[in-house]
Amino acid sequence: MNRFEYIRPATVADAIAALNETAARALAGGTNLVDLMKYDVAQPSRLVDINRLPLKSIEITSGGALRIGALVTNTDLAWHPDVREKWPMLSSAILAGASPQLRNAATTGGNLMQRTRCYYFYDPSTACNKRQPGSGCSAIGGVNRIHAILGASDSCIAVHPSDMCVAMAALDASVEVEGPEGKRSIPMSGFHRLPGVEPERDNTLKVGELITSITIPEPDFGPYHTYLKIRDRLSYAFALISVAAALRVKEGIIQDVRIALGGVAHKPWRDSDAERSLKGERAGTQSFAQVADCILRDAKGQGDNDFKIELARRAIVRALEQAAAGTPQDQADKSIH
Amino acid sequence: MSVGEIAHIGRSTSRVDGRLKVTGQAHYAAEYPADDLLYGYIVGSTIATGRIASMDLDAARRFPGVVEIFTHENRGKAAWLDRSWRDEVAPPGRPFRPLQSDRILFDGQPVALIVAETFEVARDAASLVRIAYDVDAHCTELEAKRAEAYVPPKKRSGIPPPPDPRGDAEQAFQDAPVKISRDYRINAEHHNPMEMFATTCVFEGDGKLTIYDKTQGSQNAQGYVTSVFGLRSKDVRLINHYVGGAFGAGLRPQHQLFLAVMASLELERSVRVSLTRAQMFHIGYRPDNYHSVSLAADRDGRLQSIMHDAVASTSHYEDYQEAVVNWSGMMYHCDNVKLTYHLAKLDTATPCDMRAPGAAIGVTALECALDELSYELGIDPLEIRRINFASKDENTNKQFTSKALLECYSEGAAAFGWEKRSPKPRAMKEGRELIGWGVSTGMWDAFLQKAQATATLKVDGTLEVATAASDIGTGTWTILTQIGAEAFGLPLQDVQARIGDSTLPMSPVEGGSWTAASNGSAVQAACDAVKHSLFKHARKMANSPLADASFEDVEVRDRRIFRKDDPARGLSVFEVMHAAELPEITEQGKVSPNLRQMLKYISYTHSAVFAEVRVDEDLGVVRVTRVVCAAAAGKILNPKTARSQILGGVVMGIGMALHEEAMTDHRLGKIMNANLGEYHVPAHADIEDIEVIFVDEKDDKVSPLGVKGLGEIGIVGTASAVANAIFHATGVRVRDFPITIDKILNSPRPS
Repeated sequence: MNRFEYIRPATVADAIAALNETAARALAGGTNLVDLMKYDVAQPSRLVDINRLPLKSIEITSGGALRIGALVTNTDLAWHPDVREKWPMLSSAILAGASPQLRNAATTGGNLMQRTRCYYFYDPSTACNKRQPGSGCSAIGGVNRIHAILGASDSCIAVHPSDMCVAMAALDASVEVEGPEGKRSIPMSGFHRLPGVEPERDNTLKVGELITSITIPEPDFGPYHTYLKIRDRLSYAFALISVAAALRVKEGIIQDVRIALGGVAHKPWRDSDAERSLKGERAGTQSFAQVADCILRDAKGQGDNDFKIELARRAIVRALEQAAAGTPQDQADKSIH
Repeated sequence: MSVGEIAHIGRSTSRVDGRLKVTGQAHYAAEYPADDLLYGYIVGSTIATGRIASMDLDAARRFPGVVEIFTHENRGKAAWLDRSWRDEVAPPGRPFRPLQSDRILFDGQPVALIVAETFEVARDAASLVRIAYDVDAHCTELEAKRAEAYVPPKKRSGIPPPPDPRGDAEQAFQDAPVKISRDYRINAEHHNPMEMFATTCVFEGDGKLTIYDKTQGSQNAQGYVTSVFGLRSKDVRLINHYVGGAFGAGLRPQHQLFLAVMASLELERSVRVSLTRAQMFHIGYRPDNYHSVSLAADRDGRLQSIMHDAVASTSHYEDYQEAVVNWSGMMYHCDNVKLTYHLAKLDTATPCDMRAPGAAIGVTALECALDELSYELGIDPLEIRRINFASKDENTNKQFTSKALLECYSEGAAAFGWEKRSPKPRAMKEGRELIGWGVSTGMWDAFLQKAQATATLKVDGTLEVATAASDIGTGTWTILTQIGAEAFGLPLQDVQARIGDSTLPMSPVEGGSWTAASNGSAVQAACDAVKHSLFKHARKMANSPLADASFEDVEVRDRRIFRKDDPARGLSVFEVMHAAELPEITEQGKVSPNLRQMLKYISYTHSAVFAEVRVDEDLGVVRVTRVVCAAAAGKILNPKTARSQILGGVVMGIGMALHEEAMTDHRLGKIMNANLGEYHVPAHADIEDIEVIFVDEKDDKVSPLGVKGLGEIGIVGTASAVANAIFHATGVRVRDFPITIDKILNSPRPS
């Protein structure tokens, strides 16, 4: 832990000004950041408590998109009637994560900003490039059951732990941010990044930028979607593999598909080449298996997590089967159909 | 209420301390206030073995609010001899001494105690401590040390070593027509009670200490403190009124007790030291263990040979031991048995008893192996257990004081619907899920320990019963209240139990499922003594209506003592005590094991556990959808709290089967998932129907109350029942616990 400055700005502009310092961090629900501070993993110079900012509304835009204020809690978002009706995959993914108590506190923007659950990242006595750049990666060759099978680097094999972000990736969300240089919109696919040689950077936010909202266009796949999460116990565990899948099928032929994976990489994983390869194919286990193979063509295990490659393959097929049948996984139902 | 009617014993009774607990009025060790209290925060080593080369404490010392930093260089005075550090349940060896020297024996070992004006300051300052180590090679991997495993030269007191071999197990194995030899492994587990270990040491100023400690034995912990610090017994009072779970981790004094008392004595102020959740992984644990089990039978399923070897981890400084393989020699009838038990030293803290120590792992291995044998034989897994029923303990040739195990089998099977089971694996399916049913036997000791109690009858007819027992969530407060209320025919609110205080009458640590039988019987004896005394005084009164009665003729109920054959003839308690000019009557009660009886008899609790699992085979996801646990545990004092004990044990058994696992990075000698987010115990979603059945079992020998104890039997056999159900569902036999998704996916699917 360390000494830090705490301020509570009343406007977004003040918040941005306060955040314009490398080691400043925005504090929203605090469900991850406060833990990291207690573990001496995060040492912000300044905590900018943004909880008083007017970023708590859920709106439908004139274009029919969903705009979610950065401070909307996971609970409010998951149970919002419009979200339940038109963006049920998002609702389902949120309810697959954490616990009701955590979802009551955790916010939408904070969910995007949560850090990996890599064991070594949380233990300051071990080497971790993400925590301490240049110190090495203890997870490589170590305990890595929950680690990445796609997009990892020699510097880092951590995964992004969010469920919500996986659904948002599948739903082509965009992240609205505001910073010293003004506003910009970052597509979800470009928000989180792969570790490369800079694993300390989880995302592409610049210093001083603040997430203000997330926008999600209205989906066009009706009930043909699912969010399937496989984990080591039936609740309150991070995903070993999760799959957000949606399909548009006409007369048995796939018109459009979206597949996002959680628990496999440093970011929610989408593969547009693989998705494209499925268009025009007949919906069925065979084509689903093919696309799974395609998505996992470069998958690489780290030892403990080798099983996740085959598990991902099977989970993708199962998720696509659920989506094709128009029978999304109900998160209250612990049996997977 | 008619005379002789049972009022309290055997009746489902809510916890008498329940309201205090849910309203926050029950104080736990870290919650007692004290004037000028200081807070200690433990800095743990970050290496597994080696020496402290140097410590840089300057930044931490300068931190505002830090009062003192204790390390091996300035630790307060403490006893020199090992035996002064040995508590009641210590295994052979040299007990760990916090801050004793620069030597590091395990990861997370306390190397400094920061004492500050607030907990936050202490924790903050701890992050500024810099320590350089000279690192030695370590080993935390049991597999690597298996070849060096040894028979512990010195036995742990109270733990029977494996019995001598009987018959010729190897020859019988060779000769038998049906046999299996299998290896099993059960990963190390950590107790993780909800309440973290904590000690609040109140420095009373006149050489006296009042210590609030999380422990399963106030007198054990008090004895440790007086012995280690050379204090007079009368100067140290140790209180553990409420204990937020312990599961065995609180049997031995933990680091924080020593550190809090040491700091308090050195600084002459009150000090509190609490462990963090991560630090809870650096204390005792259920040892990592391997088993080789060989079973052979004739074609009718009668066991011809049992061989069971177990290897379990211990530390370099103590030979921690459990009865792991002994169960394999007494659960079933078999003439040829060979049981062996070995330890292997790892660079970890010493393991520690964890719910049903020994049995929880040993019985799991045996019961999985027996299940495997039943399929080899083509005999129903429940039937093979019946066929091999042991009518005496063949390890010791003693009779069981009672053993209603066959009733557990039949009542459990009926409740579960076992007869509808299709014998073949993979035969039951619903939707995507394969359904499997498994069974296991469970067994645990039914001990009676030496214990004492007092009972005090007040002039107003209310009662107080006292013994230095602990209630670790088991319901001890409640059953002792019930026993007192039963003895005097009083409503529960007129009886006050007093426990959790080292100054109360002698009690063993709360463990081994012996508290209900031992402390309960002592309380009953004390109540009997008070009744005798009351009767004596009543009879002595002028014109006493009981003058010509003998004690057997009278009854005490509703604050009166009266003739059973004529309840109208009697006296009120008030009248008797007033006449005798007594404000109260206090008497002692004692119990101890009946050594003469023990030459011939032995007592165990038994159970039959039935589990249903549903397995999504493609994804490796297992759900435990039903468990029936039928237990034979003698007289049930309180069916409600008794059921809760079994439920808790079953849940923990499900955790052993599917979830609990310390993931150690053996390169670093460090447990990486040392938190409850990543060290998985079952969540609510993992637990579905659990039915608890107590079969009728009368036992007039096991304890004066006829009680056997229930704290542990619920976990024994649960993991094996679940594993056996997974095999029945899938045809896949996983012999490495916990049975996680990867292990199911990686096992070859039967053709």
